[in-house]
Amino acid sequence: MSTGIPVQYFLILATIMFFAGVYGFLTRRNLITILMSVELILNSVNINFLAFNRYLYPHKLEGMFFSLFVIAVAACEAAVAIAIIINIYRRFTTINVEDVNEMKF
Amino acid sequence: MTANQIMFILFALMIIVFSILTVTSRKILRAATFLLFVLVSTSGLYFMLNYQFLAAIQLTLYAGGIVVLIIFSILLTSHINQKFESPGLKKVIFSALASAAGAILAIVTLLDYNFSATTEAAKEVDMNLIGKSLLSVEYDGYILPFEVISILLLAAMIGAIVIAKKGGPAKIQSTILNKE
Repeated sequence: MSTGIPVQYFLILATIMFFAGVYGFLTRRNLITILMSVELILNSVNINFLAFNRYLYPHKLEGMFFSLFVIAVAACEAAVAIAIIINIYRRFTTINVEDVNEMKF
Repeated sequence: MTANQIMFILFALMIIVFSILTVTSRKILRAATFLLFVLVSTSGLYFMLNYQFLAAIQLTLYAGGIVVLIIFSILLTSHINQKFESPGLKKVIFSALASAAGAILAIVTLLDYNFSATTEAAKEVDMNLIGKSLLSVEYDGYILPFEVISILLLAAMIGAIVIAKKGGPAKIQSTILNKE
């Protein structure tokens, strides 16, 4: 069990992880590393949900089910994003975001 | 210091160090490996919070599924030994400033806030309870989001197959681009 650890520690940890993801999202240029930053952000949000559920409302299950659905959405997002990335690579032979600036219209 | 606190400090240090390495490493395969370490230590935190089911989901789906998918697509789209050129100094400084400002603001706010827990007894989260509430139509049931998420999974699966499928419009488009 998580006795002896205040809830704030979990939240600070999730905050640092979230903003590491934001930093990666802003500085990276490769599409796959941007996707990895988004996974970091989603994961830190899950830690928040579970810490709130366990510490503040231990008689309910909302936080747990919400993070379960967040994990499912993250899996869908990763699958579709990687399909798009592979398709982009086939057309442009690069996945650098600055070289991929044309759309079909 | 109890064993719990030592474990928490270990997991927290691993998460912080490896998530920063994930976004700063210049070799892409190493970045993916650091992401795997972050996800595994996160599942350790879930075990500490006593959500065993979610920790198992995290290990199998994130660490087992998504990271493998990411590594496969890295191997398909880039050279292993290729190093990224480092992003411009201006970009790094402004991004680091923006994220540090956001982090400090959030941490100050949540240290200031007074969290108050309920006094009700904690519920034991076992598989029986999870399965029953996931399929229940009562007040505490989650049948509607469960159905919606299953439709979303199906749509994402079909969409991923259709997008990544070879041939058709992709070939025509690339020949047009080559002519231009």
